[in-house]
Amino acid sequence: MSHFRPELRQRAEETVALYPERRSAMLPLLHLSQEQDGYLTEEAMEEVAELTGTTPAEVRGTAAFYDMFHLEPVGKYVVGVCTNIACLIAGGEELLAHASETLGCAVGGTSSDGLFTLEETECLADCNIAPCVQVNHRYVRTTTPEALDALVEDLRAGKRGDEIPPHGTLIRVKRSGGLRSPAAQIADERANERVAREARTAKEGQ
Amino acid sequence: MAVLSAPKIVSARAEYADSHTLSRFLATGGYEGLRKALSMPPEAVAAEVDAASLLGRGGAGFPAGRKWSMLRKAPTSYLVVNGDESEPATFKDHYLVERDPHQLVEGVTIAAYALQVNQAFIYLRGEFALGLERVQQALNDAYEQGALGSNIFGSGFSLDIVVHPGAGAYICGEETSLIEALEGKRGFPRIKPPFFPAAIGLYGQPTVVNNVETMSNLPWIISHGGAAFAALGEGRSTGTRLFALSGRVNNPGMFELEMVKNTFRDLIFDPALGGGIVGGHALKAFIPGGVSAPWFGPDELDLPLGQDEVAAKASMLGSGSIVVFDETTCVVRAAWRITKFFSRESCGQCTPCREGSGWLERIMFRLEHGGGRREDLELLLDLCDNIAPGLGWPPQQTTICVLGSSIPSSIHSAITMFRDDFLAHVTNDGCTHG
Repeated sequence: MSHFRPELRQRAEETVALYPERRSAMLPLLHLSQEQDGYLTEEAMEEVAELTGTTPAEVRGTAAFYDMFHLEPVGKYVVGVCTNIACLIAGGEELLAHASETLGCAVGGTSSDGLFTLEETECLADCNIAPCVQVNHRYVRTTTPEALDALVEDLRAGKRGDEIPPHGTLIRVKRSGGLRSPAAQIADERANERVAREARTAKEGQ
Repeated sequence: MAVLSAPKIVSARAEYADSHTLSRFLATGGYEGLRKALSMPPEAVAAEVDAASLLGRGGAGFPAGRKWSMLRKAPTSYLVVNGDESEPATFKDHYLVERDPHQLVEGVTIAAYALQVNQAFIYLRGEFALGLERVQQALNDAYEQGALGSNIFGSGFSLDIVVHPGAGAYICGEETSLIEALEGKRGFPRIKPPFFPAAIGLYGQPTVVNNVETMSNLPWIISHGGAAFAALGEGRSTGTRLFALSGRVNNPGMFELEMVKNTFRDLIFDPALGGGIVGGHALKAFIPGGVSAPWFGPDELDLPLGQDEVAAKASMLGSGSIVVFDETTCVVRAAWRITKFFSRESCGQCTPCREGSGWLERIMFRLEHGGGRREDLELLLDLCDNIAPGLGWPPQQTTICVLGSSIPSSIHSAITMFRDDFLAHVTNDGCTHG
């Protein structure tokens, strides 16, 4: 039984097929896991292990290296405020402190209604519009406390959903061409692996 | 006065609101460079890039043509595009992937043809959600146009490009670390030698890793010829370059300028460019090429924006990102924040970097926030010297990659240039800027 929804499971298998070696799909599949669950659940990491030919421990160990992956639940909106050099000069630390008050959560924490997680980020490469703020990795360009508050109000009211999908959704444009990914071939490979694994399990059980 | 006569090579389309769309791309010379390249032998395409003397735009500034010529001949080799732009204050690749993703895809296809590589990956920072979507759309469009996939434009050449999202790690901008991440692992840099990507890269195969801006120059170079590109700029610094200007200037932003023809003063003060310092304050210092670079003071303002010109003054043009400090900027706080960044982003493999960055950060923290001691200055310099012995530039390396040897730059610069500011922090038991 797949933990991924059928549509995401299919996208996961297509993603694996894009690479000469399937472990390469690790980061894209972890992003897909977050697209479904908002963070990395145990079940998702087990399935990513199966899809990439690794172990759940390897998946967790890899995921933990990267800032964008969350091993604990996060808010629907992850708000990142940059305090690195260009943003520091432009008042990034002050904006971060203000965001903490507005959102009602500490830096690194999640608001009690589960709507927001606040993060202090490193440079987000938008230094001419500083301090830089991202919500779910979308640039929102709210450089003042007032603009940030207005944005938060919009998000609380359920607005701007087109622009800012729930946390985890990264690439909404689906790949629609390419040399690789004959879907049937992938399905065959997976079926063969499943048979081999079941045989192994049965043998171990004896 | 700034010299603004050079053509826009990579940012020509950016003036259009729809610069990222296929229709705008096709209406403004899209795929012309690719069609021309495919009509030439692959070696001739590589020769044009060699003639252009295109220096890599990622930070190290290695000649792209020479990098290509070092690719070990093998049945399978790969092209990997580095779009993991994370050097603080750098935002050119962000700009290019969002504003002109088709140009990037065309450039990558030209490079792959020259190298006769059939599989390329574009590794983009995960934080570039919009950029990832736009590059994927550009790839989809290119497949549909026959500009990508099998038998591109009937040439017999086939190429697949996969866009690969990173997941938040500065170190993955280092090419061997990026390859590890692309293989689905933690982004730990590999030791060189033996792991030079041109010999042992992705999946152990020969691999060329080029920056997004480097690739984005290729359509123009092939359309107009390498000689036309080399005619711009001076010396080894040919063509134009995107300069990312931020900090205490009136008009921060992205400026494509001919190499060497303008100075830092032009970039920062010209009304058509940076427009001078906010509030008419005096410039205190500036970083010439990303936070890994040693700082410059007002004395270096008349230095030309060229790779060798900056290197001659013991710093680097690096990623082309200039951060301006004025007299209201606390340089101790600036150096502390940069050190905190390196401490957070150290991958942890090498002791000098892992332990050194954290130790330096704690000392800088107490100087800035209270509890700093006079002898901390010598301790900081001693620690920096342990990480990059001699504190020269380019730095000596005690670690697998150059992240470690970049850590001392800001502290060493700040103490050398502004010792009195540090001493005032000690006397004041914390920041003097309130």
